[in-house]
Amino acid sequence: MSIGHTLLGLLESGPRHGYDLKRTFDEKFGQDRPLHYGQVYSTMSRLLKNGLVEVDGVESEGGPERKRYAITDAGITDVSHWLAQPEKPEPYLQSTLYTKVVLALLTGRSAADLLDTQRSAHLRMMRVLTDRKRQGDLADQLICDHALFHLEADLRWLELTSARLDQLAKVVAP
Amino acid sequence: MIPEGSLLAAHDLRKTYGSTPALDGASFSVHPGEVVAVMGPSGSGKSTLLHCLAGIITPDSGTITYAGRELSAMSDAERSALRRSDFGFVFQFGQLVPELTCVENVALPLRLNGVRRRAAERTALEWMERLEVDDLGTKRPGEVSGGQGQRVAVARALAGSPKVIFADEPTGALDSLNGERVMQLLTEAARSANVAVVLVTHEARVAAYSDRDVTVRDGRARDMEHAV
Ligand SMILES: Nc1ncnc2c1ncn2[C@@H]1O[C@H](COP(=O)(O)OP(=O)(O)OP(=O)(O)O)[C@@H](O)[C@H]1O
Ligand SMILES: [Mg+2]
Repeated sequence: MSIGHTLLGLLESGPRHGYDLKRTFDEKFGQDRPLHYGQVYSTMSRLLKNGLVEVDGVESEGGPERKRYAITDAGITDVSHWLAQPEKPEPYLQSTLYTKVVLALLTGRSAADLLDTQRSAHLRMMRVLTDRKRQGDLADQLICDHALFHLEADLRWLELTSARLDQLAKVVAP
Repeated sequence: MIPEGSLLAAHDLRKTYGSTPALDGASFSVHPGEVVAVMGPSGSGKSTLLHCLAGIITPDSGTITYAGRELSAMSDAERSALRRSDFGFVFQFGQLVPELTCVENVALPLRLNGVRRRAAERTALEWMERLEVDDLGTKRPGEVSGGQGQRVAVARALAGSPKVIFADEPTGALDSLNGERVMQLLTEAARSANVAVVLVTHEARVAAYSDRDVTVRDGRARDMEHAV
């Protein structure tokens, strides 16, 4: 999963400090793997260098300096591209997809469109496998069927999520 | 408005039942010999779209063009004649005439188009052979399994040499192995005879037999090929 894009997406809903970004990330997406501070700051300096975020203010009440980051127009475009681009269909992509759906909801983009686009990418892959299965021998058929069942499980998740978008929106972006 | 080279094209269809909008600006097109899967949540308007395209129900507004002819400009009799000569249908179940044998069922579209009995049944048997159910000729629909019955139904849809087959959840009542076999036979036969197929399904493994997919949501259709 792309941490850079995720942090950018979080910034789109408003400027934040590095600490605040880490906390929000861990709360929404980091259940089994919270971010290190080092990851946040190295990601932020890369995004700064690429012009996707800018420093919006610096505070230093007593302690060390704390930068507040804001997303730039180029950053917003980058988030849009990432969300609109379907993931390569493969087993176990739920966590990236879940992140994209939540960010779409948080930033007022269409999560339903995102899910439809992803489903279509899955379907294209299933079409290729189905074709191979149709022309292949029994071994090809079994191998393709294995992949097809996994992709189908992803698709069920996409359907379920798509049916629960209104509910999810209330939870993630109250 | 009509995509170039399309055989059947609908533009901006609207259909309301009471206060329920079933179609809300849906557009759709299919090329000769193309298999298009129509997907989307329950109640989104898939069957309504299919019934409008097939001239079974009339939309409140919007245009449907088949082979250069506007469907709404035809009389009811002309539309029925078109359905008999150019369209074939496969539904989830209950489409075979229970009083007729399987071969008589498959021969029915030909008989309705004026083909004589012997010739019609000969053609019917050829299609049943392709669908691997030629041994069921003398049985009645009540005496065959669900999967066999669907193959007979597919043979019947193909027997009249249609240009378009409309299939609404054709595998909905079958297990996945039988469902896939029916899809394989249907799409192979359709492609070799250059028959277009409009396939409504909620099963991805079934939709994977299509050339292209369209998503219907809240009465509107989205062509997924151009979505990214
Ligand atoms: N004959 C009818 N009378 C009243 N309302 C109808 C009629 N047919 C469909 N509707 C309504 O129109 C909407 C679209 O129905 P449609 O049957 O096209 O959905 P669908 O996508 O085929 O759903 P499913 O996947 O459950 O078959 C629904 O809200 C349905 O209740
Ligand atoms: Mg339906």
